[in-house]
This record gives sequence, C-alpha cells and structure tokens, in this order.
Amino acid sequence: MYTYFIRRLFQSIFTLLAISMILFGLISSVPGGFMSVYTERSDYSPEDLARIRAKLGLDDPVPVRYLKWLGNMLKGDWGNSISTKRPALEEIADRLPNTMLLMSIMLVTTLLVAVPLGILSAVKQYTWLDHISTTLAFAGQSLPVFWFGLLLIIIFAVTLKGADGKPLLPGSGMYTLGEEFSLADRIKHLILPVTMLTFVSAAGYMRYLRSSMLDVINEDYIRTARAKGAKERIVIYKHALRNAIIPLVTLVALDLPSLFGGALFTETIFAWPGGGRLYFNAALKTDYPLVMAVLMIESALIIGSNLLVDFVYAALDPRIRLS
Amino acid sequence: MTTTLSENSRTLREQSLFMFFWARFRKHRMALAGGAVTILIILLVAFAPFISADPMDQDLLNRFKPPSADHWMGTDDLGRDMFARVLYGGRISLTVGLLAMGVSILLGSIIGLVSGYYGGMVDAVLMRITEVFMSIPSLFVLIALGMFLRTLDLPFLKPGSFLPISLVIGALSWMGTARLVRASTLELREREFVQASRALGATDSHLLFLRILPNIASPIIVSATLGLAGAIISESGLSYLGFGVQLPTPTWGNMLSNTQSQMTTAPWTAIFPGLMIFIVVIAINYLGDGLRDALDPRHSSRK
Repeated sequence: MYTYFIRRLFQSIFTLLAISMILFGLISSVPGGFMSVYTERSDYSPEDLARIRAKLGLDDPVPVRYLKWLGNMLKGDWGNSISTKRPALEEIADRLPNTMLLMSIMLVTTLLVAVPLGILSAVKQYTWLDHISTTLAFAGQSLPVFWFGLLLIIIFAVTLKGADGKPLLPGSGMYTLGEEFSLADRIKHLILPVTMLTFVSAAGYMRYLRSSMLDVINEDYIRTARAKGAKERIVIYKHALRNAIIPLVTLVALDLPSLFGGALFTETIFAWPGGGRLYFNAALKTDYPLVMAVLMIESALIIGSNLLVDFVYAALDPRIRLS
Repeated sequence: MTTTLSENSRTLREQSLFMFFWARFRKHRMALAGGAVTILIILLVAFAPFISADPMDQDLLNRFKPPSADHWMGTDDLGRDMFARVLYGGRISLTVGLLAMGVSILLGSIIGLVSGYYGGMVDAVLMRITEVFMSIPSLFVLIALGMFLRTLDLPFLKPGSFLPISLVIGALSWMGTARLVRASTLELREREFVQASRALGATDSHLLFLRILPNIASPIIVSATLGLAGAIISESGLSYLGFGVQLPTPTWGNMLSNTQSQMTTAPWTAIFPGLMIFIVVIAINYLGDGLRDALDPRHSSRK
C-alpha cells in the first residue's frame, strides 16, 4: 500500500520537474523571448539592454538559468512581475479568491443541471426528453465557449432592457462602479459568466452520466433489485445512481484544474478580475515571470488532482495498488 | 487463373466490408447530415474566390452595414464584406484544423504503435513522456507560445502565420491517440494472424504497418475526426484571444476578437464567424459520432 503511494508520489514529482524543464526551455529558447519587453521600447540604449540582460542573468546558458530559477522557486521567490514590479505569487494570490468564487458557483450549477438531466435521459431513454437533452448536450460540447459568452452579452446586456430602460444584466466586472457592495449586485454580475460556463461543462458531464447510468441499469443486480420488489425510485436512486456516479466524480475531480482554462475565456470576456484574466494580461505584456508562475501552478494542480484520484481509488480498490 | 480468383475475392471482400460500414453509417441520420454539411462548407470555402468579393477590399463609406442583399453578412469596421471574410477565414481555420489534426494523429499513431509493439523499456519511457504531456495545461501553454509566435519574425515565415500555431496545437494534442493506439497494438500483437506472420519471417515494419496498422485504422479515423473538431475550436479560441493567427489575415477566431466593443452598433460582426465555427464543429462531431458507431460496433455512444 505505502510503496504504491510513494511510487506514485515520486512519479508525480518527476512529471512536474519534467514539465518545468520543458516550459522553461520553451520560453527561454524563443528568440527575443525574455528581452522582448525591453527591446520593443526604443528609449533603451544598447548599453541599457546589456545591463538588463546581465541583471536578469540572461547571459548564462539555459541549464544554469533553469537551476537558478528552480532554486529560487523552491525558496519561495517566484520572481517579480515585470509590469507591476510586485512578486508574481502575490499577484496570483490577490486574484485567486475571485476565480474561486466564480468556479465554485459554476461547479454547483453545472452538477445541478448535469446530474438530474443525465439520470432522466438514461431512465427515459429515447423519449422526447432524452432526445432534447442529448441534442442540447451535443450542441454544448461543440459550442466555442467564448462565442457563447459574446452571444449572452448581445442578448442580455445589450438587446434586452429591464423596466428602467437599463440593460437587463451587467455584461462586465464584479460590481457596479460607484455603488456600495450588495449581494444582489454581486449575484447579477455572476449570472452571465456562470451561465456561459455551466452550459458548456454540463454538456459533457450529462452525456457521461447518461451513458454510465445506461450501463448500470442493464446490470443483473438492478434486475435483482426490481425482482425483489423494490420501488422504481429506490432502484434508480439507491442502487443504480450510487454506482453510476462514481466515474463522474472521478471525471469532475480530474477536470477541476482545467476549469481555470474555462475561467480564462470567461474572465477575459466579462472583465472578471480573476486569475485567468491575470494570465491573459501577463501574456499580452510578455510578463514572463508571471506567465511562468501561473503555468507552474496550473501544472501542479493538474498533477495533484491526478494523484489524489489515484490515491482515493487505490484506497478503495486493492486490485490497483497490487498490480 | 489463381491470380484472377484471388483478385476477385479481394474486391468482393473489400466491397462487403465497405457495404457493412455504409449500412450501419447511413442509419445515423445526424452523421449523414453532419458529413453533408462538412463537405458543403469545405466546397464553399475552397471556391471562395469564385463566390465572394475580395475580403481585403475596404469601403470606408459603408462601415458597419447590417446584412443586406449586397452584403449577406453585413460589413465590418473597415467596410469589408463579412461574407467574403467568413469564407476566406474558413480557409485558414480549416487548414489549421487539418494540419494540427494531421500532426497530432501522426505523432500519436507512431508513439502508440512503437510503444505497444516493442513494450518493455521503450514502452515505459514513451508512456512517461505521454503522461508528462498530458499534465501540461495546454491552453495556457498555447497562449504562452502564441505570445512569442505572434512577434517572431523569421526570414521564411511571416509573424502570426498559421503554420507554427497549427504545429503547436498538434504537438500538444496527440496523447489520447497514442494511448488508444498503444492499447489496440498491445492486443493485436498477441493475435494469431500476427504471430503467424511473424513465424513466417515477417519483419517488424511489415508487421507494424501491414498487419497491425490496418486493423487499428477505425479508432484512428474516429479520433482524427473528433481531433479535427477540437483543433478548430483551439485555433479559434487562441486567435480570438489574439495569440493565434494575426490580423489582417482573417480566421473565424480572430474575426471575433475586436467585436466586443462593436456589439451595440454592429452585433452581426460577432454573430456570423462564431456561428460558422459552431456549425462546422457540431457537423464534424456528429460525423465522428456516426463513424464510431459504424466502424467500432463495440463502442457505441447510442446504446
């Protein structure tokens, strides 16, 4: 048991190290790369540029620079953002709560939509309800998420007007400028971004749950439950759903880090001051310390959630850790 | 005499395999429709010069005109015909999708075949590499690479061209195919017809490309189709954010990038390019769904 955990842990650390090497190598080997922020400005003389190069340690070969960077990172020094001069980690920590707020609400609404629809679709297979929700899910999976966001803005923040003649819903930001904080205002600002993400991610989960419910419903133990006279509601929710929902839970856990990818589009379109928008702006300004910091955190999140899922599975199922 | 006989039985067998596939495929109405729409759009885009106006032709007196008989999709901020730009943009978007999908399928198939066939250390190393790539946050990395690619000026390549972005999208999306191909190869390697061929003295490359590859063509075709849809979405998202193909070359993604500020005056500029992405992607997804049902009866999404 413990050898399995330790082996997986070392594998994960190796993966993270390999990723850090690839990312650092890529970003530092691109011509212009780290220096482009400075070379694009004309008010630096060649001597200035040489001094900056030396100060940033760019004259060292890439492997040396990588080791220095790695050493600093392990000590907690992730470099300063070029545009704000503040530590990259502080910048990220400032924005993270806003992303977490958006993501946690979106996760709840996604599951509230996907789970009931997935179950109903499977139980009432081939009825109009199944056809409509399967078609909608297919559309949701094919929808370019940013375009859906633009459509929502056109419809609800531009075209449709409320009773007071103002747009029905706000299309950008977290709060109305010049107004004091109120819960109603915050909720209004959340509706469109949350709708955008919910529709797209609920689609995949709904289809997944539908197909795993269909697998389970045809199992012998479901027939046994029915044969012993259990009520249909008990058969579906107690016997079938419990087994069908396990793979969905895994999928959601593995998807958690990629939610930040969705946040990137949502936050950019709706001017939501979170981590995704921070990354977008950092990339626009070629702010490489901030870009590297976000990339490393995101990779660590992906590897961490994989590891967590493996540990939980191994704890529950002895076949995995013995193989 | 014998040659004719074997040739006859060969065409008969191929015909019946295709008929078998077609009989299953045509039952999937949405897949048929998806295939038809995909072909139609490819034709429209390919013959764009014969159908539409010049996408670069500016007409500053006719900026932001709503859709009309002259301009089916209206005009944009420089008075350019949106319909022409959507068709020409489709050329780039579809090319990027096809190129990226090609790179991804090629890499995935080779790595999967080699890994599954040789096993042992080779397999262990290749699968570790696959796992590393799977843990890379691809959207974030694509943006980071786009941040340099869009200013990168090489003698043989314009900055913001579609070529590097296609290669990069492909290079970050082969992992699923590699795992799929590896699993199928592992299974086929042990089957009697492969063992028999090996016993007759067939070389590794003969076994890999003439015995194993044809038998895993179905899952590869299906993942190529779905990969094409994914690559089109990736390119459009990246170009929308400004890190993909750069203006003035139109693609469905970058045509949307400045539309947010024009939404109150000219909402059509934000509607049509996105609608094209949506239609193409949903058509290709339905096509892939139908191909999977028809080519791989064990893995049916319809049940």
